[in-house]
Amino acid sequence: MKELICITCPRGCHLRVDDNLNVTGNFCPRGEAYAKAELTHPVRMVTSTVAIASISESRLPVKTKEPVPKEFIFPVMEEIRKTVVKAPIKIGDVVIENVCNSGVDVIATKDIEK
Amino acid sequence: MINRKLVIIGGGSAGMAAAIKAYELGERDILIIEKNAYLGGILNQCIHNGFGLHEFKEELTGPEFMTRFSKKVDELGISYALESNVLSISDDKVVTYSNAKDGLVEVKAEAIILTTGCYERNAGAIQIPGDRPSGIYTAGQAQLFANCYGYLVGKRVFILGSGDIGLIMARRMTLEGAKVLGVAELMPYSAGLNRNIVQCLKDYDIPLYLSHTVKKVIGESHLEKVVIAKVDEKMNFIEGTEQIFNCDCLLLSVGLLPNVDLFNKLPLSMSKTRGAKVNQAMETEIPGIFSAGNVLHVHDLVDYVVEEAREAAVGAISYLNGELKHEGHVYDVNPGVGINYVVPQKVFLDDVKDNLSFKFRVAKPMKDINILITEGNNIIKKIFKPAIVPSEMEIVHVSKDLFKRESNEIKVYVEEKK
Amino acid sequence: MFDVTVIGAGIVGSLIARKLSSYQLSVAVIEKEPDVGNVTTMANSAIVHSGYDPVPGTLKAELNVLGNKMMDQVCDELDVEMKRIGSLTVALYDEQLPLLEDLAKRSAQNGVPVQILSAEETLKLEPNLSKEVKGSLFAPTAGIVNPFTLSVHAIENAVDNGVKLFLEEKVVLINKNDDFYNIICESGNTYQTKIIINAAGIYSDEIHKMVEPIDYFLTPRKGEYFILDHYCDDLVKHTIFPLPSEKGKGILVTPSIGGTFLVGPSAEAMASKDDVSTDKFTLDEIKRQALMLVPSIPFNQVIRTFAGSRPTPNTHDFIIRYAKCDDHFITLSGIESPGLASSPAIAEYVVNEFVSRVIKLIPNPNFNPRVKARPHLKEMSVEERNKFIAENPDYGKIICNCEKVSLGEILFEMNTSVPPKTIKAVKKRTRAGFGKCQGGFCQPLVTKIISEKFNIPLNEVMFQKRGSFVVRYDIKGEKK
Repeated sequence: MKELICITCPRGCHLRVDDNLNVTGNFCPRGEAYAKAELTHPVRMVTSTVAIASISESRLPVKTKEPVPKEFIFPVMEEIRKTVVKAPIKIGDVVIENVCNSGVDVIATKDIEK
Repeated sequence: MINRKLVIIGGGSAGMAAAIKAYELGERDILIIEKNAYLGGILNQCIHNGFGLHEFKEELTGPEFMTRFSKKVDELGISYALESNVLSISDDKVVTYSNAKDGLVEVKAEAIILTTGCYERNAGAIQIPGDRPSGIYTAGQAQLFANCYGYLVGKRVFILGSGDIGLIMARRMTLEGAKVLGVAELMPYSAGLNRNIVQCLKDYDIPLYLSHTVKKVIGESHLEKVVIAKVDEKMNFIEGTEQIFNCDCLLLSVGLLPNVDLFNKLPLSMSKTRGAKVNQAMETEIPGIFSAGNVLHVHDLVDYVVEEAREAAVGAISYLNGELKHEGHVYDVNPGVGINYVVPQKVFLDDVKDNLSFKFRVAKPMKDINILITEGNNIIKKIFKPAIVPSEMEIVHVSKDLFKRESNEIKVYVEEKK
Repeated sequence: MFDVTVIGAGIVGSLIARKLSSYQLSVAVIEKEPDVGNVTTMANSAIVHSGYDPVPGTLKAELNVLGNKMMDQVCDELDVEMKRIGSLTVALYDEQLPLLEDLAKRSAQNGVPVQILSAEETLKLEPNLSKEVKGSLFAPTAGIVNPFTLSVHAIENAVDNGVKLFLEEKVVLINKNDDFYNIICESGNTYQTKIIINAAGIYSDEIHKMVEPIDYFLTPRKGEYFILDHYCDDLVKHTIFPLPSEKGKGILVTPSIGGTFLVGPSAEAMASKDDVSTDKFTLDEIKRQALMLVPSIPFNQVIRTFAGSRPTPNTHDFIIRYAKCDDHFITLSGIESPGLASSPAIAEYVVNEFVSRVIKLIPNPNFNPRVKARPHLKEMSVEERNKFIAENPDYGKIICNCEKVSLGEILFEMNTSVPPKTIKAVKKRTRAGFGKCQGGFCQPLVTKIISEKFNIPLNEVMFQKRGSFVVRYDIKGEKK
């Protein structure tokens, strides 16, 4: 039996998962899915910022388009840190394609005009 | 002097949502006044995800969430003044603002919605004991420096307070290579959302010290050490529980306070939320002046902020149409046992269209309780809650028809099961 | 070689330097801090005491009363905010009423106008005082002043009139040659001067010891305070004192010139001069005592707590004299309260009674007593302000929302002869960051303004002194 707190929404249900991956304590189906995923294959969104060429002391916020496996968090951050983009940029523009071969792109989360 | 039907002070998510709603209700003469060079307010620096689950049924980052609103504002052609700071509001609704281009501008408004958000309790407000070195920041300040300027305020971090921004910054600074040594929380439970405890602390093995606070900050010029200690139920330090952390920054995430400066010179009373008292239309004691979002009471989700801002917009348009009569049966709304505050604080029942909503926070975490809403001796609504925590605002909707007009007090309270 | 070197740019040193600049002298001011007025001048009650309290016949009494009278002109010339709001010294018990009479007699001896008020009269002036009040001593000439701009503008005016200011120079050694001194600083720099004026405040004993053994000692006496936000309308209109005791003037409650309220100070004898830390125990005690005077103080409106250190001498009076070994070393020590109120008189006294006897004073024909006038936005009408902003757009852009400070006002200070280069220095001059958010919103902006104006990388902008960083690392985690 494992206990964990559901993080799919702010409700924070206290979930209990038995050895056969039966989930109890969830308020909605997302809780069950979360518990199963969290125990078999935990994933996280990574959000950060990248530098913008020619605009100093200003950053472009970015995110992984999908959650990535937890062990990818720091390698993805390493790639993000090396990246410099050129304006203009639109929300959703791919900043790093298939980051760390995770199959997930890092995309812009803000429009930058100049 | 310029004339405007509706002036909205603050172009964050609340201000934009109110403006869009007012536009949708047919009002075209709207001006948003924003101090920054961009709309969106604090969401610009909240680059993490988790916004919009209610509003858009998807999980967005702060900039993505606010961009959806700012694009809509632009599409609709709603006018706004940027880099413009409101200096005063008079009781006859003259809003005076200042900017570099136009100087001092006086706008005579017919209705005003204040959506100026909140500010962070800081080292001064919590009377932090010890030296006065640099290296002590509010979590939001560290967030701005990291996410908008591209600078880290330190590399060995201690965090006081388990508010959400502090937790978010614990993760953010860890991702950027800083070592977060721990989070101390004065209360015996966390002030932040569960998922932030999991995603921001547990994921990175950052210890959370409940019932602990900072006893002393030490540093001649820059912060060198913080001493934390455990507190008893009366919040007094327990001798011998001191722990010393060598660190170069202390982030404070010890609560947010409504930014009500502009209301302070007006004859308005404040509620327990430290925002202005409002009626069911989010209207203050001065008819035609409304307040919504974090300046009214601090929310935990922006989704609820925009919802409340729309309520204020509906109220403002009703006011402009002469539909808010402030007559008939009136209730005072008071928090009862187990409740910290309730919004609104007054209800003019005849001005309610169909439903009334009550927003409140409980005083402490509780399990298996009933929330009761009463009118005098009548129980109007009773809701069972398996678990309830102060960090999450509750909303209860009540149909207007349920009220019997027999008393002048509505009470919201908690009934604990024996 | 300087004619005169002043050690210490607190309020006293600054006003002495300004006075000296009205003569044809070459004058230096050496200050260990990165800004002027950074120690005792920065952390006190900001009161212009009327002078009823010091023992008649003491230097304190004489200079306090005179300094109080001079304050209007000094503040006018230096463009410093000052208001004579009057003080009430309050008796809470019947047994204290004779003490009010004693103080009234002392006031007469010191030449200070006062009036004894009944309980009713007192409560009429200050309705929020404890209903227990039995009577009070009203001193109408007492006032409040901006101690930050007073010291900054004094030194700026001195520099504009030719004085040389050297910041971040800590004196470590003083050598006497035949007819001049070598002042050696920690930096390795040496300043040669004919006359030294020791205005080093809480460190004045240490400076004095560099030339001769001393026969007095200073005890650093720490005072902790609360600052309440300026929305506690009409809490009190006058400075409210309890009856003085041996430890000092007691816990006072007063409006400050910025509209906030000060509650304090404690009076703790300290082992270290540098200890200006606060602690909960002391603050709780201040709270308790203050609530006896004014029961309705809204302590939930506290925006900051701070402490300052006062140099209390065992002689119970200001020490102003030549060194025993040499009349070219003039020492000022034990300038505790009412040092701020006395400061203009101290400056005159030092120059007229001591400097004039050892060097010839020829008036400086180019001396201008007025500091560069600041634009006062809040005093302008809408039309005036609009006209002004049209010509100077930076004054339209507000940087500090709590205190409504514009970019123009900050840049003005940066273009003076004593420009602020730290966050704290900007704060002292303009009030940016003084409000309820304590710089939460404006500090990042001010950091950027300093960085751009003085071409310093953002992570080298200091909070208040060397080593006190605002932002330390660029996001790569490396120092830039």
